[in-house]
Amino acid sequence: MADRVSMRAAYGQALQAYGALNPKVVVLDADVSASTQSSHFGKAFPERFFDVGVAEAGMVDLAVGLALGGKIPFVNTFAFLLTLRAAEQIRTCVAYARTNVKLVGAYGGLSDSFDGPTHHAICDIAVMRSMPNLTVVVAADAVEVARLVPIVAEHDGPVYLRVSRADVPNVFGDNYTPQLGKGTVLRDGGDVTLVATGVMVERTMRAADRLLAQGTRARVLALHTIKPLDRELLLAAAADTKAVVTVEEHSVIGGLGSAVAELLSAEAPVPVQRVGLADCFAETGPYDALLDRYGMSVDDITAAAHRAIALRR
Amino acid sequence: MVYHSDELVAALAERAAQLRRTAIEMIYCAQSGHPGGSLSAADLLTALLFHKMRLDPANPGWPERDRLILSKGHAAPLLYAALAQRGFFPIEELKTLRQLDSRLQGHPDRLKTPGVDMTAGALGHGLAIGAGLALSARLDNQTFRTYVVLGDGELQAGVIWEGALFAAKYHLDNITVIVDLNGVQLDGPVRDIMPIEPIVDKWRSFGWYVIEIHGHNMRQIIDALDEADDIHGQPTVIIAHTTKGKGVSFMENQCTWHGRAPSPEQCQQAICELAVSPDAADAAGPAGGGQ
Repeated sequence: MADRVSMRAAYGQALQAYGALNPKVVVLDADVSASTQSSHFGKAFPERFFDVGVAEAGMVDLAVGLALGGKIPFVNTFAFLLTLRAAEQIRTCVAYARTNVKLVGAYGGLSDSFDGPTHHAICDIAVMRSMPNLTVVVAADAVEVARLVPIVAEHDGPVYLRVSRADVPNVFGDNYTPQLGKGTVLRDGGDVTLVATGVMVERTMRAADRLLAQGTRARVLALHTIKPLDRELLLAAAADTKAVVTVEEHSVIGGLGSAVAELLSAEAPVPVQRVGLADCFAETGPYDALLDRYGMSVDDITAAAHRAIALRR
Repeated sequence: MVYHSDELVAALAERAAQLRRTAIEMIYCAQSGHPGGSLSAADLLTALLFHKMRLDPANPGWPERDRLILSKGHAAPLLYAALAQRGFFPIEELKTLRQLDSRLQGHPDRLKTPGVDMTAGALGHGLAIGAGLALSARLDNQTFRTYVVLGDGELQAGVIWEGALFAAKYHLDNITVIVDLNGVQLDGPVRDIMPIEPIVDKWRSFGWYVIEIHGHNMRQIIDALDEADDIHGQPTVIIAHTTKGKGVSFMENQCTWHGRAPSPEQCQQAICELAVSPDAADAAGPAGGGQ
């Protein structure tokens, strides 16, 4: 397997590097800067770094005020705390008021695996995606998160960016340039479409290899932007392959799978199988073992592909 | 401290009375809205928008303007009346309050209404947002001041105190918070629903400079706003003792008038009562003073 790179370290370093270029960037954290790695920025620019303590709701409102003053605030804490404890702050003062706040949810999915379900983020995408005006982005690897930081900063409007705690293999090369709202075709194929986001992109590529060995040619789409969806890319893939599988490290309720199913059911009805966490809480354990145990193994992806193909008319 | 003439004080008090009448008419016209908290905040908002704040109604986005965050956003009718009278938008527009296609939403919307610096309505947000704005001003060496008007019911929200801790930690002396302490919230008296006293001690222990005033005494209000300018190294809160429904006998101190529109007869009586000049008791008022 390819070398693993820390996504959170890549995020922290990218934020520091971008902060050196753009003096409007200010960074807030809620007592977990060593974990989110916003501490890199904090050490480099202490006058633009604010640790608010265990006060997630207040942190988001503070960031709103900083944005009103023309700053570009990056708000950091664990994804579950940010999107749930501060959900009303985000809805009213960030999304509705359309303030230019960048919300960064660390420890996405099950990546804080040993801390258990209290620390797993399994419904953050669902909550963020339901809010008007908010752009929702999930990073797949260290390369993508580093490239996304300046793009998110320079996007005019509020953004939720989900980052993993995990060390993950890079799926993107050095010349990769993401664009908000646009997915990437990682592999072409006409038998089934696998749409993946976040760290599941790498597992999905492995599933595509396995399917190919079995004679099934899967098209693999990497989608960092959950909202707004890349309609063109998805509609073309649905029309070409007529069977779709979504793959995400999130509850199967409300995340990428729901977003894709909503689009396709209305505009290009084809079978859609959703790979993700079933409607349950996981448990404590090693990260990869948890993903395997709770429905996000490579086998789960290939099985879903076969189901989708079987349902195809 | 600057001495303000009796004429100025009287003119501001008369302006507040006019805004009260306008707010009641707006709520009557919409048959929806919040009279109680609009009336209690009238003198405070008048002092800010017609006297203290540096504003340019022709240029609502002027970067050097002072900022106002009406955290108790349900006092929107009073805010809108003041902004219209101040010249931010036509007075005729006031009768569109809460109607479809109106720029005057049920609660303030910064993207729709000229002069509204921040969206508000869900309680508890204003203090931390104001602290962020004040911090931004300091980072940029900007001289504008941030004013936040809080209700007393929303002091029950934990996030208020998160913002209070932050403003004190960072010594934000370019923010003035005003608590419209009218003692009544939607469900009943604040002291019965969830007591917040001793409120002066709470703010002081959080590291704030506290000024306590009679919130319907215009001279005390404008003097307190001036006093806050001279406090350095810590944020200032003005605890303004007010009366919910101030100036309308049947609304005063009644939680039932938190969010309810008057009938035609009630509206007429309210306007009549509010046409009388501000009473002498308010002009005298209990002594305030900083600590």
